Amino acid sequence: MPPRFLPERDRDLWRDATAMSLGICIVGVSFGALATAAGLPWWIPVGMSLLTYAATSQFAMLAVVLAGGGLLAGLAAGVLVHLRHIPYGLAVGDLYWNKWWTRLLGTFMLIDQSTAFALAAGEDKRRAKAAYWITTAVMFVAWNAGTVIGVLAGGFIPDPDVFGLDAAFPALLLALVMPALKDRATLIAVLVGAGIAAGTAPFLPTGVPVLLAILGVLAAWPRGGKEAAA
Amino acid sequence: MTMAAVLALAVGVFLVRLAGPVMRSRIKVTERSETLMKRGATVVLAALVVTGALFTDGAFAGWALPAGVLVGGVLAWRRAPILVVVIAAAGTTALLRLAGIA
Repeated sequence: MPPRFLPERDRDLWRDATAMSLGICIVGVSFGALATAAGLPWWIPVGMSLLTYAATSQFAMLAVVLAGGGLLAGLAAGVLVHLRHIPYGLAVGDLYWNKWWTRLLGTFMLIDQSTAFALAAGEDKRRAKAAYWITTAVMFVAWNAGTVIGVLAGGFIPDPDVFGLDAAFPALLLALVMPALKDRATLIAVLVGAGIAAGTAPFLPTGVPVLLAILGVLAAWPRGGKEAAA
Repeated sequence: MTMAAVLALAVGVFLVRLAGPVMRSRIKVTERSETLMKRGATVVLAALVVTGALFTDGAFAGWALPAGVLVGGVLAWRRAPILVVVIAAAGTTALLRLAGIA
């Protein structure tokens, strides 16, 4: 049941986000379980999920530290895979840049899904705001609940891949990005950018290829007043 | 791992998230720059789709994963609801793996 304060027109956002949250929750369980199985005290994974709220960064840091790479290298890996959020913040930052506390909370809760859902709302700013907040709030609860369950699960580490959850995430983003591809310039930028990312992914550390992809925007750079005139 | 390390990651990640809107608030956002910034984020998300569908830790992820994402993509193209897209993608990949296809 969606909360009563949600207007009727945003119920679909609530439904989609809640359904997605099941997948995020299972990934959270695997994070909590993995950290616990490695001998870390419960407050490390729980604190990470609560304070960082960035799945890929948390997994990246955990992987490096557990592999004996050291804290600094782990920290660097965690921040590196997070750099893609800079273009996200540029694109959707205005949605929460009002009062000091919405700035703080909105910044803290900037994730792939909230960005994608907000962008999919297109020109409708009210809808974009609703999409941003509903998605990220639901995911936050799911991610943290999952982490706690994982810690409590006592050595049982679910493999999200068995459920195909590693396919669910790209499929969700693809569905959300697709309407924007009707714009020819965006389509060109996306094709070039995705090509760069796919071509460099085998050679570069995780997180760098998707950043290089942004060069695709140059392939469809508007020339002076031409586009305005068109 | 220590609590200090947990806090360090939290601060690092927060600062990265803060960079975008701070830069944005310092420029004069025109219709053109707005379009470009949205396009930039869209390109990054799309690149995440492609790398997420093809690679795991920098190596080819096997066929089950891209096949599932492809099924989801076709359904999205046919304007299926998001839920259908996601469940079909995960289901395809899971079933292929169950059948022994990596």
